[in-house]
Amino acid sequence: MSQHEIALKINGETCTARVPARLTLVDFLRETLNLTGTHTGCEHGVCGACTVLLDGQPVRSCLIFAVQAAGCEVVTVEGLAPDAVGMSVLQDSFCEEHALQCGFCTPGMLLSAHALLQNNSAPSEEDIREAIGGNLCRCTGYKQIVQAIALAAQRLSVANAPTADLPKRP
Amino acid sequence: MKAVDFDYEQPRSVAETCRLLGETGREARLLAGGQTLAPLLAMRLARPAVVIDINRIEEFQGIDAEAESVVIRACTRQSRALADPIVQSRLPLLAKALSFVGHVQTRNRGTIGGSLANADPSAEIGLAALALDAEIEARSATASRRIPIGDFFISPMVTALAPDECLTVVRFPLPQGAVGTGFREASIRRSDFALAAVAVQLVLERGVCRSLAVSLGGAGATPVKLTAIEHKLLDTRLGDAELAEAGRLAHDAIDAVSDIHASAAHRRRIAGALTMRAIAEARDEALAGRA
Ligand code: FES
Ligand code: FES
Repeated sequence: MSQHEIALKINGETCTARVPARLTLVDFLRETLNLTGTHTGCEHGVCGACTVLLDGQPVRSCLIFAVQAAGCEVVTVEGLAPDAVGMSVLQDSFCEEHALQCGFCTPGMLLSAHALLQNNSAPSEEDIREAIGGNLCRCTGYKQIVQAIALAAQRLSVANAPTADLPKRP
Repeated sequence: MKAVDFDYEQPRSVAETCRLLGETGREARLLAGGQTLAPLLAMRLARPAVVIDINRIEEFQGIDAEAESVVIRACTRQSRALADPIVQSRLPLLAKALSFVGHVQTRNRGTIGGSLANADPSAEIGLAALALDAEIEARSATASRRIPIGDFFISPMVTALAPDECLTVVRFPLPQGAVGTGFREASIRRSDFALAAVAVQLVLERGVCRSLAVSLGGAGATPVKLTAIEHKLLDTRLGDAELAEAGRLAHDAIDAVSDIHASAAHRRRIAGALTMRAIAEARDEALAGRA
């Protein structure tokens, strides 16, 4: 068994640790760092519950070993909110549109959607469905999730407009 | 769902990778994007003593246009290949196939070479590579060789690569003339494993088919070239009657498997329909001159 020293950035903070080679990134986040916002569903790349951003791109953290993330920047759901009590526009839109029921898929959905909105400020419904195609939800039937992401896109574009109107529902 | 204990190596060059592979052979597994290997490790279907991570080796990354071919290095990510202007303009069939590979999240890690070397029977990259007549370059500590894609896939998850060999490069030859391509896939949900998928590349000369490659995957143990269709349709104008004949040949020729997702009979019917549609798509594209 090999052990490895790693240093990486998680939600903007540098962290160092000694990890066994076989430890997955999701287990490292949850078990070692206690960042339990990232969920584990299948642990073999099917459900998307473990989605995090690795150097800005959404990936499945159950399919990456922690040692591979050395030197990378990881963003988890804990890194989306602006502060300890607030929520991001996207998170707030999920509440507004009832885009979660049990909430198990939600962290993964949020990260996939967050990555989409970073690159595409006006996604079509097709773009949204493609972006969350790798995230399974057993509860919502996806419709409200798609609506929530569309709402977030609209709110963010209004917020970024030079003369910002008050955000309205689409 | 936890991998066995393994040692982890992170070589810095292709040469070092080959040397490590030569020392460890069957005990080792190469880790490229990990989108096939990591699940196998999690389920302990793979129990290597050593995992050799090749993700950080520059020589393994990138796409180059040569005079008569396009070369993709093994560890190039699928998402990068999909967005690459060379792939989009010169390998439209591969670009079409890549959009069906997994999801955004898996394409961001999964690699071109990793998909080929794992030889999943339903994988789209291998299917497109077969229709495009690609060539694999493999290297060991002592030798390198080229393997035609037709000799590469042996059975599910088994390729012609020896335990001490590493896939370094895939070379896609470029056809000349009025080229058209078609890619069709059927799965239970979009991006799920294919029940059947068909890749087609053809060249027309004044509306007559002068070269045709049809490959079919997802239905049997490895992707296969449907050479009977190629022979039958060559030198025709690919009209409705010829397409129907191609559908029949695909339906009858393939060695489909039954599993929990679909019966063999269902897969054969799908394969017939997809074959007709993929050939029609390629023909129309060649006629429109936008290939
Ligand atoms: S836990 Fe990673 S994809 Fe299901
Ligand atoms: S809200 Fe329950 S799985 Fe999506």
